[in-house]
Amino acid sequence: MNNILIICRKELKSYFVSPIAYGLMAFFAVIAGYIIYVATAFFIQQGMQAQMGGRSMPMDMNEQILRPLLMNVSVFGLFMIPMITMRVFAEEKRQGTMELLITSPVTDWEIILGKYLAALMMYGCLLVVVFVEVLILSIWGTPDFKPLMVAFLGVLLQGGSLLAIGTFISTTTKNQIVAGVATFATCLMLWILDWMSSFNTSGWGQVVSYLSVIQHFDSFSKGVLDSKHVIFYLSFIFFGLFLTARSMESLRWRA
Amino acid sequence: MIKVEGLTKRYPRTLAVDNVSFEVEKGQIVGFLGPNGAGKTTTMRVLTCFLPPSDGRAEVAGFDVTTHSMDVRKRIGYLPETPPLYPEMEVGEYLEFVARLKGIPKGDVKRRVQEASERCRVADVSGKLIAKLSKGYRQRVGLAQAIIHNPDVLILDEPTSGLDPKQIIETRDLIKSLAGDHTIILSTHILPEVEAICERVIIINKGRIVATDTVANLTTRLRGSELVALEVSAREGETKAGDVQRKLEQVAGVSRVVAKDGRDGKARFEVESLQGKHIRPDLARAVVESGWNLHDMHAAGLSLEEIFLELTSGDPKAAADKGGAQ
Repeated sequence: MNNILIICRKELKSYFVSPIAYGLMAFFAVIAGYIIYVATAFFIQQGMQAQMGGRSMPMDMNEQILRPLLMNVSVFGLFMIPMITMRVFAEEKRQGTMELLITSPVTDWEIILGKYLAALMMYGCLLVVVFVEVLILSIWGTPDFKPLMVAFLGVLLQGGSLLAIGTFISTTTKNQIVAGVATFATCLMLWILDWMSSFNTSGWGQVVSYLSVIQHFDSFSKGVLDSKHVIFYLSFIFFGLFLTARSMESLRWRA
Repeated sequence: MIKVEGLTKRYPRTLAVDNVSFEVEKGQIVGFLGPNGAGKTTTMRVLTCFLPPSDGRAEVAGFDVTTHSMDVRKRIGYLPETPPLYPEMEVGEYLEFVARLKGIPKGDVKRRVQEASERCRVADVSGKLIAKLSKGYRQRVGLAQAIIHNPDVLILDEPTSGLDPKQIIETRDLIKSLAGDHTIILSTHILPEVEAICERVIIINKGRIVATDTVANLTTRLRGSELVALEVSAREGETKAGDVQRKLEQVAGVSRVVAKDGRDGKARFEVESLQGKHIRPDLARAVVESGWNLHDMHAAGLSLEEIFLELTSGDPKAAADKGGAQ
């Protein structure tokens, strides 16, 4: 456990000494801010129309501002994840520091979990930026925080799944760029698999769309904490890390 | 301290290490000598638990590298060919990270970092970014990293490669000063380095050990006979190389005379003596008494360099017989 924390700390430090962390956080702040602005403006417009028309339309901040916000954040996460995971192992391999890690008295799993935890925390930092913006918004309204937290958990779990896959891809190459591009392609694939369900409702279509990480996010975004989807994400994360461990082991045999 | 038995490492198309066995006593400095691609790094990587062996076994401090990997790793300090450094870290920060990684208790980390950086003379750059260090300093930080947990065994892969002459001497002195506390294996393809630092040499070629002995023994064993280079010319007229050669062959104790290309009317020879004979005085007398001019005579001797070449070129098996591999 101690070893995991040692590695995690070192990884987090390296995110924050390079511009990556700040760049991603700034980018996320702008994007989330923009989405909140647009959604809020639309919300207000609708409210005014409803008032003028004399119709009473149900207005819900959670449903009309925060849900679209987190849906979009989860999509933009897809673009951020390759940037977080691409260097995780590729850079260690290129610099030769992999030899230091592997010949130190720490297990492969401790290295992997340390690095994964750091990547997850980095992603968490991006979500914190969004959360702060939501807090600012809550000065003028009263969103229901419970479903909001569930939605954030969903974004974190969905991101965690893709981070696990990205970590695995990073072990397969020495080149960060290759790792980044391959991770992006894979994330995109896992996202658009969902489209299958829109035209193919046969058994196959359902299986394929079930594998899409975005499909399982739906219930989280509504504020429903469904154990089925939590387990899907957790097993996805485990699968990704398991592949990472196998890939690392193969480094020893092939190096 | 280190025991290797029948170690073999196979790759899909190559045999990197072929049935290698050797032992290293506690406190010794042993040099791994061999041309590039001889299997030095592979052997070292097996000892550091980086690679598992395909066959055979290796033991460090009484622990098997495959079954008790964690115990071995705690007792080994390893400096790979390129020092494993994080350029974005400061030197002190990096050494602290390594110290923690090697399992040094929290309270001792600061002290160990201090000791290792003083020993390797990197204390003055502890606040500098590794990316900004010169090659010599990087190598020293790499060494500090290897000794930080006071390991029983130090494994150094080409510790002086890429350094300038002054840095090489400094690094060698540093390594020498580490002996005694640590058992050291270092690899190199530079011969004077082995003569300068090591007590024992293991010469390895094409994955096989071709010789293993102390430096002194190895040189005397292969230097048993004397090799003398001669340059001779006639006092007047043309020099008849054939005559000179015949004359030289008659000198007592000479086993072989080889004619070399002459220059400026001078004939040149290389004369090899029988085991343990000193032939130079007799050679000089023979030349002068026959009325020729003796321009030059020096011991061509076998340097470690030539021994190395002899052992590592050609058929490894034949060389092994000559070198008396164990």
